[in-house]
Amino acid sequence: MNFYNEMYDSNDGVRAHYKGYEDWLKATPPERIARKRAEADLAFHRVGITFAVYGEEAGKERLIPFDIIPRIIPSAEWKSLRSGLRQRVKALNMFLHDVYHGQEILKAGKIPAEQVLNNAQFRPEMMGVDLPGNIYAHIAGVDIVRAGEGEFYVLEDNLRVPSGVSYMLEDRKMMMRLFPELFAKHKVAPVQHYPDMLLEKLRAVAPKGVSNPTVVVLTPGAYNSAYFEHTFLAQQMGVELVEGRDLFVKDEVVYMRTTQGPQRVDVIYRRLDDDYMDPLAFRADSSLGVPGILKAYQAGNVTLSNAIGTGVADDKSIYPYVPDMIRFYLGEEPTLNNVPTYMCRKPDDLKYVLDNLAKLVVKEVHGAGGYGMLVGPASTKEQIEHFRQLLIAKPDGYIAQPTLALSNCPTFVEEGIAPRHLDLRPFVLSSGKCVDMVPGGLTRVALTKGSLVVNSSQGGGTKDTWVLED
Amino acid sequence: MLSRTADHLFWMSRYIERAENLARLLDVTWQMSLVPQSLDAVNQSWAAIIALNSLEEAYAKKYSTVNGENVLKFMVSDPDNFSSIHSCLRMARENAHAVRGTLTTEMWETLNSTWLEAREKTFDQLYNAGIGDYFEWVKMRSSLSRGTTLGTLLQDEAYHFIRLGTLLERADNTARILDVKYHVLRPQGDEGATDFYEWGALLRSVSAFEVYRKVYRDVITPERVAELLIFNEDMPRSLQFCLNSVVKNLDLVANSNSGETQRQAGMLHAHLRYGRIEDILEHGLHEWLSDFMDRIYLLGNGISKDFLMPMEEAA
Repeated sequence: MNFYNEMYDSNDGVRAHYKGYEDWLKATPPERIARKRAEADLAFHRVGITFAVYGEEAGKERLIPFDIIPRIIPSAEWKSLRSGLRQRVKALNMFLHDVYHGQEILKAGKIPAEQVLNNAQFRPEMMGVDLPGNIYAHIAGVDIVRAGEGEFYVLEDNLRVPSGVSYMLEDRKMMMRLFPELFAKHKVAPVQHYPDMLLEKLRAVAPKGVSNPTVVVLTPGAYNSAYFEHTFLAQQMGVELVEGRDLFVKDEVVYMRTTQGPQRVDVIYRRLDDDYMDPLAFRADSSLGVPGILKAYQAGNVTLSNAIGTGVADDKSIYPYVPDMIRFYLGEEPTLNNVPTYMCRKPDDLKYVLDNLAKLVVKEVHGAGGYGMLVGPASTKEQIEHFRQLLIAKPDGYIAQPTLALSNCPTFVEEGIAPRHLDLRPFVLSSGKCVDMVPGGLTRVALTKGSLVVNSSQGGGTKDTWVLED
Repeated sequence: MLSRTADHLFWMSRYIERAENLARLLDVTWQMSLVPQSLDAVNQSWAAIIALNSLEEAYAKKYSTVNGENVLKFMVSDPDNFSSIHSCLRMARENAHAVRGTLTTEMWETLNSTWLEAREKTFDQLYNAGIGDYFEWVKMRSSLSRGTTLGTLLQDEAYHFIRLGTLLERADNTARILDVKYHVLRPQGDEGATDFYEWGALLRSVSAFEVYRKVYRDVITPERVAELLIFNEDMPRSLQFCLNSVVKNLDLVANSNSGETQRQAGMLHAHLRYGRIEDILEHGLHEWLSDFMDRIYLLGNGISKDFLMPMEEAA
């Protein structure tokens, strides 16, 4: 397979937007680079930017490897990505509002009703609940990959609790600290205003009649893998970081326990899955949530961000219909491509998938984090056979997609600089008024040679992402 | 401020102060053990440290004999001993980790790197390199975290709860050091040649040797040492200094439930403000100090109930 290299064209020439960086890289002594890389490692450790890996020894924290070669996106390319993202997230929010109200799209037959209504992520509790600005996914983390010149695909729309934005911000801070001279030479669009933008959006979706809302970040606690990010965002926005036990509900109003007595809470940026939010409504064994919070939410006395029930729009079984949503709600043709998807619940699709397993990527419909997937070309016969059995046993639990030729980018690895595959996760913010984002996003890179899985839980690293201004 | 946040801040500062005071206590015991004396007397003073922390049972599970090296190992770097310096630094870091958003970057980095460094040190390395250096390091790290707190943190509620934790813990620890050493050093009131060195070491352990000279301009006597550590309101490790600050910080965070706790603190403060060393010695220093430590313990519970873990949910 031929892969698109972000830095070099097919004749080994440097692409125009990487010229300045490549010159610098060639001119900089390797000792200086090595020293700077060690410095970055040390700094990330000291600041404590770590994440916990599930399944490893409890309480163990690991650094997410940071690569000093940035992923550079030229201005024109970003503008087209941005308009595609705005379009897509707008349609997704309209879809969510629709499925929890009139369900016009189901009546119009654009999506089979049972796909939505029988979906485990569909929350009947949300039927008829009106939300400020009709916005459900205030924060969306859309995963995008490149397969060729100008050829971008959306892999996933993460509309529940997308994470990683703190790495985007810390990576930039680190690059500016290590190599200020690079920023003097390049017009890199700034991203550091993300927390301000987020706070503004959260305040904008406060319940009706609240003029100066109290915003909090709700975390599952210090042992969650993204805890660093939760504290980071709370601190950057200057709001309280709370756990479920800090909150309580009385007369359908949410309060937090403070040293001066109970204080009312208006907007909760929750980093906790729907299932754990309210033991009275969802999982009864959850000690992380707040008993009674769903009732307060339904009564319109508190805003949850993202809303309950967004999972029905980013589920892999709904993903194939996103282009149709865009056409249905906006009357536009989608700007960003969807990856062609075989739905194994359809007999024809299943047959094709089973015949072509070695070529395809198979994903669990409800899976996330790079767990429970098969990358055909990179798998052994045994692994493929294992998945064949899984598919036959439960076809509606899986989708399959052609293996994309993910672009790669030069990256520091043990043997020196070598190309590694990467993706991009821009963070798209919505309130009733507009859809916004800071330029770029988080670039994740698969550090294992040939690997197409970039998730940090699977040994992925990150790069600073530069959108160059004109 | 969230009650849970205040709770973590309070305990974060207690643990770092506890680590420092433990380093001070072990340091003075270590130095005193170097003054020529019988082995029995030396081991007795090590045993007193175990007893002071009510760790006899836990210690006996690991060691059959009491001696300097064993006690040091147990109190410095034993991760199973929740009262060891190692454990205190870990707990300080864990509490800080839980509220790192409330701390300044400098404070967090200080506590985090203290723990990361402490974790790397094995007891044998420390012991062979001279355990005194380690105690200095612990004191320095504690000073550093106090310094970053003072130099970078907004002096709002967070700061007041940190101060409350620090001063309450320090009051308890100064009382403990005085209690254990006073008795080891003054069994029957006989005065020997070693007294100067031993009392000197005790004063140094609370950074009060030069202070003593300045205040009294006279030879060191046990009564004056006790007076200095209990009543001097300008000496940062004296009981009265600590209580001044506890009362002040309590007033600053007061809420509608905290009246009784404030009254208790005020009473204890008044004892120190208007008490006399002669009266205390007449009734017995040990009894007085035990009573003081009990009251500090109750004060800690009161703060916990009123601010840190309120059970009341009335909105």
